[in-house]
Amino acid sequence: MEKDKFDYYIKTEKSSWEVVIGLEVHAQVISNSKLFSGSSTKFGSEPNSQVSLVDSAFPGMLPVINQFCIEQAVKTGLGLNAKINLFSVFDRKNYFYADLPAGYQISQYKNPIVGEGEVTLDMPYGSKKIGIERLHLEQDAGKSIHDLSPDHTFVDLNRSGVALMEIVSKPDLRSPSEVNSYVKKLRTIMRYLGTCDGNMQEGSLRADVNVSVRKKGEKKFGTRCEIKNVNSIKFMEMAIDSEAKRQIELLESGKSIEQETRLFDTKNNETRSMRSKEEAHDYRYFPDPDLLPLEIKQSFIDSIKKKLPELPDEKKDRFIKKFKLTPYEANVLVSEVDISKYFEDVIKNSDIKLAKNWIIVELFAVLNKKNLNISKSPVSPKNLASLINTISSGEISGKIAKKVFEIMVETGDEPKKIIKEKGLKQQSDPKELEKIIVKVLEKNLDKVSEYKSGKVKLFGFFVGEVMKATSGKGNPKLVNDILKEKLK
Amino acid sequence: MSDLNKSSLSEIINLIKSKKISSLEVTNHFINNIKKSKKLNSFITTCFDQSIKNAKEFDSKKNFSGLLPGIPLGIKDLFCTKNIKTTAGSKILENFIPTYESTVTQNLWSEGAILLGKLNCDEFAMGSSNETSYFGNTINPIGKDLVPGGSSGGSASALAANLTPATVGTDTGGSIRQPASFTGTVGLKPTYGLCSRWGIVAFASSLDQAGPMTKNVQDCALLLEAMSGYDQKDSTSINKKKESYSKNLNKNIKGLKIGIPKEYRIENMPNEIDDLWKKGIDILKKSGVKIVDVSLPHTKYALPTYYIVAPAEASSNLARYDGVKYGYRSKKGNNLIEMYENTRGEGFGDEVKRRVLIGTYVLSSGYYDAYYLKAQKVRKLIKNDFDHCFKNVDAILTPSTPSSAFKIAEKTNDPISMYLNDIFTVPVNLAGIPAISIPAGQDKKGYPLGLQLISNTLDEQKILNIAFAMEKNISFKQSLDRWWE
Repeated sequence: MEKDKFDYYIKTEKSSWEVVIGLEVHAQVISNSKLFSGSSTKFGSEPNSQVSLVDSAFPGMLPVINQFCIEQAVKTGLGLNAKINLFSVFDRKNYFYADLPAGYQISQYKNPIVGEGEVTLDMPYGSKKIGIERLHLEQDAGKSIHDLSPDHTFVDLNRSGVALMEIVSKPDLRSPSEVNSYVKKLRTIMRYLGTCDGNMQEGSLRADVNVSVRKKGEKKFGTRCEIKNVNSIKFMEMAIDSEAKRQIELLESGKSIEQETRLFDTKNNETRSMRSKEEAHDYRYFPDPDLLPLEIKQSFIDSIKKKLPELPDEKKDRFIKKFKLTPYEANVLVSEVDISKYFEDVIKNSDIKLAKNWIIVELFAVLNKKNLNISKSPVSPKNLASLINTISSGEISGKIAKKVFEIMVETGDEPKKIIKEKGLKQQSDPKELEKIIVKVLEKNLDKVSEYKSGKVKLFGFFVGEVMKATSGKGNPKLVNDILKEKLK
Repeated sequence: MSDLNKSSLSEIINLIKSKKISSLEVTNHFINNIKKSKKLNSFITTCFDQSIKNAKEFDSKKNFSGLLPGIPLGIKDLFCTKNIKTTAGSKILENFIPTYESTVTQNLWSEGAILLGKLNCDEFAMGSSNETSYFGNTINPIGKDLVPGGSSGGSASALAANLTPATVGTDTGGSIRQPASFTGTVGLKPTYGLCSRWGIVAFASSLDQAGPMTKNVQDCALLLEAMSGYDQKDSTSINKKKESYSKNLNKNIKGLKIGIPKEYRIENMPNEIDDLWKKGIDILKKSGVKIVDVSLPHTKYALPTYYIVAPAEASSNLARYDGVKYGYRSKKGNNLIEMYENTRGEGFGDEVKRRVLIGTYVLSSGYYDAYYLKAQKVRKLIKNDFDHCFKNVDAILTPSTPSSAFKIAEKTNDPISMYLNDIFTVPVNLAGIPAISIPAGQDKKGYPLGLQLISNTLDEQKILNIAFAMEKNISFKQSLDRWWE
């Protein structure tokens, strides 16, 4: 396949600009209890029903590390091919806000639990590696609710203390679609690992997006602006595009970029200044004296490594090698664990080539239309495999199979039952077929003589006529064979 | 009943165990003493009804075990006590009633002790004279115009005045040992991590440590045994087996080596303090101890280091007192920030504000490396000094304080001279090692003076034994005329 070239440059009358993007993704750790307390992390519970004395920072309360969250972070680090640090430190990030009960957030500053790693993106112009700078663990804050009362703000601390992984990328991303691909890839990896559900609607995955621009060919990075707390991939793409254009406009009119924190206004599709560098918080980070430095053993990492599931990249390679899939097909089929599982279930008892096409083309079209997850597919892997087998065995043709599939989608029935009920079984009796073929040839004697005088292309015409006469149910192979015989 | 005023904790325990006296009688005795002690202002809160109820309950039990059977105790108001107001000496927690019990106090109740009430202290334990308490300063029973030291000043005052047979305090830079020295009592700061910090209002987390305050060394060993122990709710708690300090107390210290650090011989130290130190050395020599000159070269940096580390941690620890969730909230202010400012402006006293400001400053970007980071490095050097010393000696002997109890208001306008009072106690907190202060004599004015014994990490038994031996030979006597009653 001819590869496309990377071409995301913003072109103005004056020049062509490259956009440089780095992401800080905040991923909520899948864990029953919070990072430093035993409270539940269940989403959508009654406000302030999952708050311990530690989460609400009562006097004398102390944090105790939840070992499971450490495991989850290590697992994620391994999934990002990253260096796991045997020594890491929890620091306090100090700032005042009503939904931050202690007046500080426990985070990791100078010594994160996970160091450098990388993820591979499959872009239309080839694969691209994106560097991971670090992954650290931190507590989430509570939630301030401003719109319940005109003169009060309510605070819900259910989320206070829930574990987050902040995954910081290197400034390696160059376009909104690379960002799209990167976030999806991170999400896929974490879902494979079971470390983050990646549910953006519930806020379990959100990102701060750092954007700068530079002229094409320029080596030095421009001044960056950070767009805070963007909670959907679409908004990330929009925000990057609009922020890059804003920066270019400033630079081209001779102004300079101020390093600052901005917010994305989704209604007007523009970023707005939140606070300048001068107004930036001084978080006064220092090691949390309530927690000893976190020291983990190599054996702890090794034991997690042993339990790691097959990750998307490995699965993709296996699919390509073992099942002879194209990289594109493999990518699609490993994009979610459930899809890959569905695929592997189908091919347990059916033809791989047919299976991959049926899943990628027919099944995905249906799922998309119905906005369903593959786990909720109306066609079970078993039924799809059996449909594919009726094609392979010649019981029905591919064309009829599509009709059967449509009915399977609506009813969830087994294909055999549908074929039987609707009389869709292939016409495979040679004697019956011969009769029909003889009739067709008799009707088209002129074409027969043309064929016999060398116009062999007409063979397709005869096949078509026979199929018409059998309402598409004629067994194609038999039809071919008999026709050839009769036309000798 | 007046006998009880002369009785030690261990003696009262024996009286109760042998059923010569009931817990109720003991409890009533101390309640009566407390009721007559308003002038000392040692208590912020009392809970006599509950104490009497608990004492009766104890007396009705046929069998009892536990190290502190039916013993009523006053507790420093920095320990959270379930359903009993806990103020930390601050307006900002004036009406705070915890729903939980600190691990240390829970340990005491589990051993049979009974709460009498909460003892006055400097606001958030920040002070050396008990004068920063929002609830007024505590008086030293030694003299009407004397401070009891701080921050466990209420505890020391109550103990010396027989308002409680023993008590627990907390020591971040000397807050147990200095008031013990000022009131002629015994106070021990354990190894960092020996007693759980869970449920103690935090001042400086890496330095705070609870410890016993008692009339003698025997009591001190017993109370330490009762209050200490591993607690998984405190990540800095040391996971080790509980020791029987009182049972293992042994005054035979012959052959031990004790170091005398030359750096503790500071300028302008009163002769009386130097004489006391010499007296201590002589007593030790007579007990067969070998005295060795040692050096702790970074001692002079201990105080400035402490006054960076402690305020830094405090500035962060005290951020939670913001009026949002509990405690005092100012009625003034039109928005969140103004509410914070007014709440904290009105809720904290001057000394707390001073330390929050210092702490915020030293952690600020651009200053962090020069102050906080450097202080942490110096702290390590101070610890190394001790480590080095303890390769050669079993313990170190120093004066507890550079002076005897000073007068009320004498140092309130001079924070530096107030801070200098902790010069001998602070290095121990920075190093996380244990130290005990025992009464060793009086100055010309008749005010008590203390000597401090320092040992290596988890060597509490060693300094308890040495203190036990010294106590016998010092025969410190203090009789108070109970002028406050």
